[in-house]
Amino acid sequence: MLKPSSLVVALAAFACLPALAQKQLTVVNFGGANANAQKKAFYEPYEKTGTKVVAVEYNGEQAKIKVMVDSKNVTWDAVEVESPDVARGCDEGLFERLDWVKVGNKADFLPAAVTDCGIGIFVWSTVMAWDGDKLKTGPKTWADFWDTKKFPGKRGLRKGARYNLEFALMADGVKPADVYKVLATKEGADRAFRKLGELKSNIQWWEAGAQPPQFLVAGDVVMTTVFNGRIDAANREGKHLQIGWIGGIYDLDYWVIPKGDPNKDAALKFIAFASTADAQAEYAKNIAYGPTNKHALAKLDAKTLANLPTSPANAKDALQFNLKFWADQGEDLEKRFASWATN
Amino acid sequence: MSTAIAAPSPPAAADAAALRRALARAGRRRQWRAFALTLPLLLFLLLTFLVPIAALLKRAVENPEVARALPRTVVALQGWKHADAPGPEAFAAIVADLGALSDSADAGALARRLNSEKPGARSLVMGTYRALPLEGTSAATPAAAIKDKLLALDARWGEAAYWEAIAKNGSRWTPDYLLTAVDLRRDARGAIERVAPDQRVFGGILLRTFGISALVTLCCLVLGYPLAYWLSTLPPRRANVLMIVVLVPFWTSILVRVAAWIVLLQSEGLVNHALEGLHIIDRPLALLFNRTGVVISMTHILLPFMILPLYSVMTGVPPTYLRAAVSLGSTPLAAFVRVYVPQTYAGVGAGALLVFILSIGYYVTPALLGGPTDQMLSYYIAQYTNVDVNWGMACALGALLLAATLVLYAVYRRVTRSELSLG
Repeated sequence: MLKPSSLVVALAAFACLPALAQKQLTVVNFGGANANAQKKAFYEPYEKTGTKVVAVEYNGEQAKIKVMVDSKNVTWDAVEVESPDVARGCDEGLFERLDWVKVGNKADFLPAAVTDCGIGIFVWSTVMAWDGDKLKTGPKTWADFWDTKKFPGKRGLRKGARYNLEFALMADGVKPADVYKVLATKEGADRAFRKLGELKSNIQWWEAGAQPPQFLVAGDVVMTTVFNGRIDAANREGKHLQIGWIGGIYDLDYWVIPKGDPNKDAALKFIAFASTADAQAEYAKNIAYGPTNKHALAKLDAKTLANLPTSPANAKDALQFNLKFWADQGEDLEKRFASWATN
Repeated sequence: MSTAIAAPSPPAAADAAALRRALARAGRRRQWRAFALTLPLLLFLLLTFLVPIAALLKRAVENPEVARALPRTVVALQGWKHADAPGPEAFAAIVADLGALSDSADAGALARRLNSEKPGARSLVMGTYRALPLEGTSAATPAAAIKDKLLALDARWGEAAYWEAIAKNGSRWTPDYLLTAVDLRRDARGAIERVAPDQRVFGGILLRTFGISALVTLCCLVLGYPLAYWLSTLPPRRANVLMIVVLVPFWTSILVRVAAWIVLLQSEGLVNHALEGLHIIDRPLALLFNRTGVVISMTHILLPFMILPLYSVMTGVPPTYLRAAVSLGSTPLAAFVRVYVPQTYAGVGAGALLVFILSIGYYVTPALLGGPTDQMLSYYIAQYTNVDVNWGMACALGALLLAATLVLYAVYRRVTRSELSLG
């Protein structure tokens, strides 16, 4: 039998619970160095407003979101997704339509960052990289990347058809501006796969963003494609990895809210905060990804700007990832890639 | 002296019938009691095992998107010759159907389904959906005018391939996912043919899955048999203590073990350092991200499943036969091979079946330790589930794996039954 005094204490504790219950927001990102930069720039400053931010990592699997939305049990509030998933998810009713009035002024952002269901977070680029300590003069073009006589050793490539077909065409002599025109034709796709076949025995495939810098440092590969921010993060830890910006493919990641999220308004507030110029500038200082808010560029110093994919020197000869092409042809090309990779 | 034992007098016929009925009633009551005790388990299995499998099989043949979104178009295409673009009624029907879609999510689902059939259909359908209602048209506009407006919007509507994709998927059920899972397809007329050589994926993947599993089963047998034999010859207390050595890795999380293998097998890892230190090799061996690493790790993880059935069968084999064979003049080795081993076939069969069935379903180990030519079937199921979100395909591959497992089990039952009849 509970003693009266302990009963009173228990009741008092229960009465305090509503006051202890803090507002909570679940934000999902791609993990790694990206997550650390988001923590410093977005989550920690936002928690000062009183809402706790719970960070969750994932690797882009849209199936999780689809299951949540279909079963009407949404537990994720703001999710970072890649560009093909924004268009696809919006069409299929997986994401809420953004109320731009609450988020910000559309004119403040890069045109590519403004979509119905998603707002761009940052601009990132898939580029070639090598270890400056092991390779004194690195590759200058994608043709060099393919040249195993000039630079013997293995190359790292992201597992999948995306980016690799474009790089193969550029290595075969196609100008960046013409790559998607060529790739849209059957002969172009055949040409890309043929060129990839030339490199096939020397490829080490990676799937997670943290793997390519690891391969470079361990000496498993002599050069690799990589998300540019991961190289910057490795260099901050004392390594001397070098990036070749020419022919890089840049793209954006977007914030989206899964449809049916009970915390929709709180998620919108967070996204609006994360899209302000100050937060974006802080993020760019922590990892070398370009901000989507045009006013954030003014807040960055020249050294940081030089490392961003959006700086004029780095964006010259760069290619924007063609969303429309991959939304249509993606499934077919990925299936062909799976068949090619296993034979 | 013969003592006549009085035979018991036969019970009266009525008594016999009543006794039989009472016996039957008692037997039924016993059966019902047993059934009632197992009913919770049966319900649990039904809900968590049979119902999901049935749902998976249903999803592998379901094809609702086109039938639900484009009913009028499917009807309009019924007489179509598949040669050129269809007549104006089909154009009017598709405009009516797309306009009638209440939620853009339905248009998105339709776009995704058609895009799997004909790449490019996604942008066609979504672009048309967003452009509706077409300016200058209403319910009374003649079909020919709608056809012109639609072709002006997007010329791809004049290509037969897109209409074929719609016509082929008009029915609610489709064999296409299951056919694709075995590298077959239906052509425009509905006949079954093999897919183009550069699209053939799954035949090779299935062979590879069975090949790796067979290799792993063989390695487990070769490594597990001597260990199980030695354990079975030990006194029970020592055997129990040593069995813990077998079981503790078995109870460790599989991801922890795979990560440990990465540390051991990488080019800067412990195995290569040890071999280089002993001057057996001078360059590190490639043990990771290839078939070798996958087989080593899978063997390590599946070894307890081979050892435990073997051990339990071996402890039941009486040692007298072996001693008898040796005492009759056989060499110890011949006695072992010809007398002892055949008595353990049941354990070998059970262990091999268990290891094989488990390894054909493996996903994590080849995904983390293997290269792209080492991925087994489950990797592609995960790819279709998570990345492509093409659950019809994922379910079809899952159904294929289920069928393979059931066939294996049936073969095993056949073989062991014939074995028992020999003994």
